[in-house]
Parts: sequence; structure tokens; C-alpha cells
Amino acid sequence: MNLSSLTAAELEARLDEALDPVLSSRRTAAPLARALAGIERTNQDFVLKWVDIIIKTNSEMAYQFAARAPEAFRLMNLPAIEAWIIHAMDVYDKQGLYPGCSAFGQLEAFAAETAEAAHSVTLDEIRHILELFVQGLAGRPLKVEADPETYTDTGTLFLPVRLYQFAERPDNFRLYKAMAAHLWAQTWYGTYRLASGAPSLTETLAAFREPEKALRLIHALETVRLNALIARELPGLYRDMQELQQLIGEVRYPAAWEQAIQRLTKPKAGVSDSLALLPGLYEGEVPAPFCFQGRLMPERAQHAMQERLTREKELFREALAQSSNESAAPSPDTESASKEKSRQYSVEQVPDPDHPGQFTFMLMLDGQPVQPLADMRALMNSIVQDLGQIPEDYLVAAGAGGYRRQADEKRPEDVWKGTYHEEGAFLYNEWDHRRNHYRKHWCVLREINVHPAHEPFVARTLAKYRGVLPQLRKTFEALRGENKLLKKQVNGDEVDFDALVEARADMQSGMELSERLFTKLQKFERDIAVMFMVDMSGSTKGWINDAERESLVLLCEALEILGDRYAIYGFSGMTRKRCELYRIKRFDEPYTGQVQERIAGIRPQDYTRMGVTIRHLTKLLNDIEARTKLLITLSDGKPDDYDGYRGEYGIEDTRMSLIEAKRAGIHPFCITIDEAARDYLPHMYGAVNWTLVDDVRKLPLKVSDIYRRLTL
Amino acid sequence: MTRISVSKNSGTARSAHTDEYLIKDEPYYEPIGQEIAVFEAAFHQQLPVLLKGPTGCGKTRFMQHMAWRLKRPLITVSCHDDLTATDLVGRYLITANETVWVDGPMARAVRTNAMLYLDEIVEARKDTTVVIHPLADDRRVLPIEKTGELLTASPEFSLAISYNPGYQSVLKDLKQSTRQRFVAIEFNYPAAALERKIVRRETGVDEAMAERLVKFAGMTRNLKGSGLDEGASTRLLVHAGKLMSTGIDPRTACRTAVASALTDDPEMIAAVNELSASLF
Ligand SMILES: Nc1ncnc2c1ncn2[C@@H]1O[C@H](COP(=O)(O)OP(=O)(O)O)[C@@H](O)[C@H]1O
Ligand SMILES: [Mg+2]
Repeated sequence: MNLSSLTAAELEARLDEALDPVLSSRRTAAPLARALAGIERTNQDFVLKWVDIIIKTNSEMAYQFAARAPEAFRLMNLPAIEAWIIHAMDVYDKQGLYPGCSAFGQLEAFAAETAEAAHSVTLDEIRHILELFVQGLAGRPLKVEADPETYTDTGTLFLPVRLYQFAERPDNFRLYKAMAAHLWAQTWYGTYRLASGAPSLTETLAAFREPEKALRLIHALETVRLNALIARELPGLYRDMQELQQLIGEVRYPAAWEQAIQRLTKPKAGVSDSLALLPGLYEGEVPAPFCFQGRLMPERAQHAMQERLTREKELFREALAQSSNESAAPSPDTESASKEKSRQYSVEQVPDPDHPGQFTFMLMLDGQPVQPLADMRALMNSIVQDLGQIPEDYLVAAGAGGYRRQADEKRPEDVWKGTYHEEGAFLYNEWDHRRNHYRKHWCVLREINVHPAHEPFVARTLAKYRGVLPQLRKTFEALRGENKLLKKQVNGDEVDFDALVEARADMQSGMELSERLFTKLQKFERDIAVMFMVDMSGSTKGWINDAERESLVLLCEALEILGDRYAIYGFSGMTRKRCELYRIKRFDEPYTGQVQERIAGIRPQDYTRMGVTIRHLTKLLNDIEARTKLLITLSDGKPDDYDGYRGEYGIEDTRMSLIEAKRAGIHPFCITIDEAARDYLPHMYGAVNWTLVDDVRKLPLKVSDIYRRLTL
Repeated sequence: MTRISVSKNSGTARSAHTDEYLIKDEPYYEPIGQEIAVFEAAFHQQLPVLLKGPTGCGKTRFMQHMAWRLKRPLITVSCHDDLTATDLVGRYLITANETVWVDGPMARAVRTNAMLYLDEIVEARKDTTVVIHPLADDRRVLPIEKTGELLTASPEFSLAISYNPGYQSVLKDLKQSTRQRFVAIEFNYPAAALERKIVRRETGVDEAMAERLVKFAGMTRNLKGSGLDEGASTRLLVHAGKLMSTGIDPRTACRTAVASALTDDPEMIAAVNELSASLF
């Protein structure tokens, strides 16, 4: 049976070569090879295949995997082992080498979990559903992330990677939902809300002999309060949460809690009631926790809140400044500068008709209610959610400039931190072909404007191509097409009198009246929307950049004649956390002098991560209605980025993004100047959807010509 | 005698009977703001009206109500991208013996002093939209090129169009030259108390159910822009309520009448279903 297995020596030779960078005289491949020699050939091949794959990411990880593989085969079947590998690689991707290695190390725990996998639910499967669910419930959007602890910092809900407590899958899903709902309730019903002047929760707890016990008590008290609120507001959810708890056993409260429960289940009870009850119950026992309640982490919550409060205060004051500028503009009659100064914002509490006893907040300017814009309203809601009100010092409009820049500018390394790290950025999945799955929300993309160059680049280009321009224009005019009058139609706008005369003659000779008696104007509509995606990577420096810009100038000439809708975006960036898309011309923007200055301003930047770019441009194209949608790439080489986005990985992700685009009804096409393109472009774009322009200097004229032929 | 109908929608070919467009019973309409007074004022001043707002928030119902209130026949055209100027104005029909001119809904509305309502005007092609211009400014005329006629609208004629500014598409925006001719009335989902009242009136569910339905709508509206283009409209609530009042279980009613009507995205449907399940 083991006949075809590889011998220890054979394995050692293979592993020696593969793992060379992480081997030394003290750490050789020999023990690995000996252990692997004992397993079946198919399993050996499986291990070697994965070693090769993992090496492309990190050699040490590959070593750790190989070292534990024999054990893995004792504990799990193949699909489970694959899941274990992918899990460890994900940990490596997100947290780095050390946690990645220990994820491989926790093999037994993983195996035990997977044994439960038949009925377990993973957070990955349902994360997005939970995020939508809590956003629907109310309040600021919360992120959901995996964490060993179940808690919230008021910006993110941290939940276990996997749940398998219950024997039925639906119950494990319900547990996720109950956890998310309970943590949401902490953020919505103000467990961490700061009453002005009151000490923070951490300070209050620190005053007790055993702060840890006080923490568990306050959590239990708050859980009574939150359960009651959920019972009142969300009865279906409450039922789910209680049924789940019944499966484990009811939570019983000590007799001393009776009065506390009465007080906390009143509709108006707040966190202050829980705090007030705490000292009286401190000496008694702590009730058992509910299965969904997780932990309370006041320091983390306070930290996240503080960060958010500072940022939102700036943003709010900035928004006030902006809106008072706008509302000041249309009344130039009597207002003088001195009057301007006295403009005073205030916030009025108005009873909320839908929630008796609660308030909504109305923004007033000089005693008149103002209608805040949607994002300002979201900001106000978030502030009130944290503070229960909008404090006085928020109501001072920010001075000119200053804040905005600070608030908007985020360093790329901060993107994954904090609660609002996705603000203004788009997140996209990326295809990892080695592991055959998407890395979720892997790339962070921002749209930014090209810095316009105030130079007569367009005029210069038009002058340079003076000789061929008339011909170019003529060609495209011919394409524009004309309206055609179709005769003898079954229906149409006008009577076709020639046909009618003929028909009457026919009729008189005993034939039936023809039905084709109308003329119809056939409107010639191209109905094309085309997106140009221009390589702005560092490698385009010099000639190529000039040629690209000239191409765009001629292209715009042509497209303006044709009347096709078009947009132009340049792409570059560095690492998955800083993918940048440079706006040159949006679909809804006419070809103005500004656009021309942006074309002139196209400068080579960094790298080319194509997949995320294509995904974003696909999204933009999806928003446009047109019969034909084209995505045309101007490129000078393979996809390439700083953090391993190259070779097969980059090509496969780009290919996958193009498949997604095609699924959305978009026709991708690539114009390249890379002579090696034949080796990879057909694989990415398909055999016929690309073309090579071998001479950069010809690019400008070629591009228009290619476009003409593409859309004929 | 052979008669050939050339119209695409049968409405355009029918001859004009004012009566069939008159609304006899008061259509139930719950005012949200000053819209009734504004519309009446515009009507008396002979100004055309633009109803702006998301789908299913009562624009069509409002028009029916106003037509009844002002005792005018109501002619409604649902615009679509195949709609031509000819469809609106009129065309020749040919019989064995003669060619007959048949008014389109626009010409008919002007001749019968009706209320003309062009629903979802941006769906029509741009070159179609311009035929309403002479009717929409102070000339208030409709030139019919093919017959050489120039119809002048009487003071009782009125024109209203509707438009959903929520569309993201750049194409589906209303041209300035069109929109600036109209008095714009903004519609939105009614406040919770009003919406509850509407749901009860329209479906017969009790107050507790109406309250939950409206709350559910609010939850879906929280998801606008995060995967939903629009939250549940009043219309969808009315649909769900109608199902419920015939005995369909509330969760099922919300799933079929609301969640699946809002989106095809499986994760979004799952989330929306969890939201309704949390209320019922
Ligand atoms: N203000 C209102 N008063 C009465 N019914 C309303 C109102 N708003 C919405 N509705 C209900 O919602 C349904 C859809 O409204 P409709 O007028 O068709 O919306 P729209 O024309 O704006 O798309 C109506 O049939 C009615 O049941
Ligand atoms: Mg309607």
C-alpha cells in the first residue's frame, strides 16, 4: 500500500530545496521528512503542494505547516486540513508571522472545533448579515470582527470566529445574532453613555475593592435593563434570545435582586440606575451570565469613544461652518458683515412623536430650524448616541480652513485602525488563486483628483497632430450615424403616402389592405458608455506617460464628436491599503478646460494593482445605463504591487476581476505596449480582447483607431 | 371594413370620453404637509407641478385625490423609454376609406380640460420630454404638427409630472430646462404616526401590527446606501399589511412583500428577514 510513497530521503531532498531559507545546521529538513515518510503518497503530495503554495507567502509558515502535517492527518480529513491551512494563512495575513505560526500550532484545538463543524457556524459566513442587521436596528453603523473575546468597543462588535455550542446550526446562528443584538443594545441604549460631569465607568468601578466583581455586577444589571428594552422594542428578537438561554438553563437572580429588577425594567431606566444599584448589591453574589452577553470592556469602549468624540466634534463644527456659509450666501440684501458674526447655532430638544418620553434634536440657526444634510444628520445622531445631547461647545462653527484637512487626511497605515477607518474609502475583495478564495475586504481604495497642470498640453498635442486631425474628425463624424426614415412600417409616426396610394390601388383590385402604411424615424443611437483606465504606475515615466496623455487628448476629440459617454480614471497605488484611483473625467462631467488640465497633470505614481481598480470601475459602470459598456485599459505591463501582488497572484486576481466585470455585462479590452503581453494578457482579457501597440510613438493615433473599430 | 390599429398602448387609440376619467369617490389621501394647498394654488394660477420623491410614497394617490377634489378628469401616462412624442400627442389611423386622426393622451387632456399626469417622466426619452415644454410655460399651448392645429389649454387644464430624484444614474436626471418650468412639491415617507394611520386604513391591520410594520420600514430605511437603493416604501408596507390581514403570518408577509421586493442580494434578504423577525 505504501509502495509508491516517497522515502524519507526523497522527501528530505524536496523539503531541503523548498524550505532552504528557513533551514540551518540546527534545523534541518530531516525530522520533517522522517515523519512524512510514514504517510500515504496522496497525502505526501498534498503536503508538498501546500508547502510550495505557502512558501510564496512565507517560508517559515511553510515550515510550521510541514512540521505539523503528519499530526494533522491523524486528526482530520483533507477538507478540514485545508480549512486549517487557510485559517492559519488568514491569521498570518491579518496579524503577522508569530500569530500565524501559533495558528498552525493550535492544531488540536482546531481539529476539535472542526469535529463540531457539522453544526457550527463561522463568523465569516454571516458577518455581513450581522452588520446589516445591527445597522437596520438603529444607530451608527457597527463593524463586526472576529475576536477571542465577545464585547464591543462601541464602534465594532467583536465576536467569536466560530460557534458550535449548540447541537443545531440554526441555534448557533441565533447565538451570533443574540450576541450581536446584546452588544448593539449596549451601544444604542447607552451602557457607556457619558452623563456630563459624571465619572467614567472605569473610574466608578475602580472605587470598589474588587473592581472585577463590580464589573461583572454592572454587566449583570445592564443586561437586565437591556433585556427589558429589547423585550419591549423587539419582541421577536427577545423571544429568540430567551429561547436560546432556555436551552442552556434559565438565569436565576438572587432574592436580593428583585427590587433592582423592578427598577431596571421600567421603560425610562438608564445606565445611571444600574450604577445606583451597584453598591447595594455589591456584597451579594453575581448572577450567572446569559449565553449571549460576552464581556464588558469599559477601557476599550472609552478609548474608542474618546477618539470618535474628538473627531466628530471637529467634523461637526466644520459642517456647521460650511452650512452657515451656504445659508448666508442667498441673502445679500441687508446682511452686513457685523450681522454675519452674530449667527448663532443652537440645538433644541423636540419630543419624539414615535418614542414617547424621548427626544429628537433639531438644529437651529438664529432661532430658525435648519435642515441638516444627510451626513451631518448622521453625525448629529452619532454624537447624541454617545452623549445624549449636543453640548454647547460643539455649536461653535469651525474657523476657516483648519479642521477639514486634518479630519480628512488619513495615513494609509491608519486605515485598518480605529472605528471610522473605512470612511471615504471603498473596500474590495481580492482573489487569492493559491487558496482558491477571496480575501474579504482586502483592498482599500480611495478616489482622488489628479492635480491639474496649468500648461497648454492639449493645445500642444492638437498642434502636433494638426496634419491628421481633419481625417480623424471625419472618420468619427461618419460613425456618428444619422437618423433614417424607414418606409412601409406596420406602425410609425407618419403615414407613408406612397404606400397608401399603392395599397388603395391594390384594394380596388380586390386585394387586402396592406398593414405596412407608416413611416418610422429610426433614431440612430450609439448608447455606449466607455470607461478608460489609464496606467499611472512609476514605469510609465517619460515617453509612455507622454504617449498616454496624447492618446487621451485625441481620444477626447473623437469621443466628443461621437457623443459616446465616457469617463477616464488613472490608477496607481502602493500596497493593498493604499489603492488610488485618480479622477480625470467622470461620466457626468463635460470635457472642460479643467479635464484638459487634469490630462496634462497625469504623472507616473507608484505601482499597479489592477484587480481592485477594475472592481471599482465596474461598480461605476454599473451605475450607468447604456446598451453597451466598455472598460478599456491602457497599460504598459503586468499587474504589479509592492506587497506581493505580482506574478501569478496579480494576474489571477486581475483575471478574476475581469470575469466579474463580464458578469456585470461589461466588455473589457486592453491596449498595451508591453511586448511580453502575449504571455499573460490573453489569459486575463481573453484571446481577442487585447491589442499590442509595438511602438509607443504610434499609441496616440492607434488608440482612437482601436476604439473606432471596437465600437463599429 | 378593415381597421388597423397602430397604437402601442390601447389607451391612445380610444376616443375621448371625459367621464371615464372622472373620479367619483374620494380617494383616501393623508396629507403630509402643505401639498394640497400648494397644488390647489398652482392649479388656480395655472402653474404646472412637479411631484418629487421616492417610489411608493403616495404621489399617484395624491394625484387621484386632487383630481377628485378639483373635479377634473385624470389622465395618467406611465412613461417608459419607448414612449415617443407621437404616443403622447396623437397619430393617424388608417381605415379602408380614410385616415383618421386620433388624439394621444396629451391632446385629449387639453381638449377635455383634464388633469394630465406624466408619471416617472425621466423614464421617457429626452426628445419626448420636450413636447411638454410649450404646455408647461405660460403659453400653455400644444402644437400638433401633423394636423397643423394649435391647441390652447383652458384654465381648467393642468399638468403634473413625477420624478424620483433617488436615481443615481446621470442619465435619469431631469433637464434644467424642463424642471425649471414647474412648481416642485417634495414627497417623502410619512412620519411614523401618519404612516401607521395609512397602513391601518389601507389594510385593516390593527394598531399594534401597523406600528411594527412602520418600525420595520424604518429599519430597512436605515440600510439605504449600505446595500439598498431605497428602504421599504409605504406601498410595500401596504402590500405586507394586506397579506397579513388575510391571515398570512407576519414574518412571511414581510419576507415576500418587502424583503424580496427590495433586493435580490441573498445576504441583504437574510438581514432584512432577521429585522422583521425581530419585531414579530
Ligand atoms: N399619503 C398617503 N395617503 C394615503 N395612502 C398613501 C399615502 N402614501 C402612500 N400611500 C399608500 O401607498 C401606496 C403607494 O402609493 P403611490 O401613490 O402609488 O406611490 P408613488 O406614486 O409615489 O409611487 C398607495 O396605494 C397607498 O396605499
Ligand atoms: Mg406611482
